[in-house]
Amino acid sequence: MSLFSFLFPQRQGTAAIARDRLKIVLAHERASRDAPDFLPGLQKELIEVVGRYVEIRDDTIRVNVGKSGETSTLEINIELDGAKLKVGTGKPVIVASANPGAAAAGRPAKPVKSG
Amino acid sequence: MATLVRWPTTASRTARQSRREVWLGKVIVITSGKGGVGKTTTSAAFAAGLALRGHKTVVIDFDVGLRNLDLVMGCERRVVFDFINVINGDANLNQALIKDKRNDNLYIFPTSQTRDKDALKREAVERVIEELKNQFDYIVCDSPAGIEHGAITALYFADTAIIVTNPEVSSVRDSDRIIGILASKSRRAERNEDPVAVHLLLTRYAPDRVTKGEMLTVEDVKEILSIPLLGVIPESESVLRASNTGTPVVFDEDSPAGRAYLDAVARFLGEQREMRFVKPERRSFFRTLFGRA
Repeated sequence: MSLFSFLFPQRQGTAAIARDRLKIVLAHERASRDAPDFLPGLQKELIEVVGRYVEIRDDTIRVNVGKSGETSTLEINIELDGAKLKVGTGKPVIVASANPGAAAAGRPAKPVKSG
Repeated sequence: MATLVRWPTTASRTARQSRREVWLGKVIVITSGKGGVGKTTTSAAFAAGLALRGHKTVVIDFDVGLRNLDLVMGCERRVVFDFINVINGDANLNQALIKDKRNDNLYIFPTSQTRDKDALKREAVERVIEELKNQFDYIVCDSPAGIEHGAITALYFADTAIIVTNPEVSSVRDSDRIIGILASKSRRAERNEDPVAVHLLLTRYAPDRVTKGEMLTVEDVKEILSIPLLGVIPESESVLRASNTGTPVVFDEDSPAGRAYLDAVARFLGEQREMRFVKPERRSFFRTLFGRA
């Protein structure tokens, strides 16, 4: 704190900041509130599917429905930073972590007998 | 089994009944999402205000496990049976209802202190509410905080909701959330009936802080939540005095908060009243000396 601001404290209130922050956060929350019912289910299944290949945590996946003008968008965001791939799944995997040892140490992937 | 209880009827009710009009009580939920914003104070004041205007009113505590409406209403030593006793059939409705000693139109329906939060089964609550609708003009439901089972049960049967909000970010955000829940989870929403009528009641308003730019203005909150404003209750020492003594604040004629609540009740009943207590009060020298809020 400078001597100036100590001697002449700002008299401007903080109510305007509160108002602006509220407007922004509520705009976001209202958009997701009107989201379709299938989102939680979709999110759960996505975690299952992606989780077969890479270890992910539940909170690293975000599913949003957005709308800009005429177009509706479904946005799926999966954070893989630091995620470990699972070995021996027999399918191409997303090597997500900067940890080449994990992939190299794994056995050669066995082809999956598809039935 | 729900037994029909006969009440000593008020004149207006008797008149309506003799005219064979079917009048069912209106269910008002007092809710907020956030805790500590004044739901119970508002429930007590609003119910007492409706009773003072001649409407037969019951106020129900939905906060199972954290009973407090009885204290605020000053009838804590008269509680024998409660909501859960009635639901379980251990007592009937008129055994559990407590008649207010200050106003003949006012009844209190206390909740239970049981720790089982899910004790209020929706079907059982519905039976009780439907029975109360036959006997009362207004049924005021004091909701618990949060958006869990108790709060959802309290708002589910509402015809009207009063959203108690403080001019403060977390309260406004939670109010917005509750407004969303009313629009999607209430019985009216589920049945595709007319939506629950939602009203904003801004409490703990400090006009002098608003003037300094330290507190959200009435207009800010109204604009952000975009629901009609029912009233503004000023921050007032009289509210604590009222709960200390177990007296709904509307019975205190000197209290600015009490008068603001009576204004809100009048607006609720369709009267036009100017908003008071929204500008800083000019305290006279005399009042400053011997100050009483």
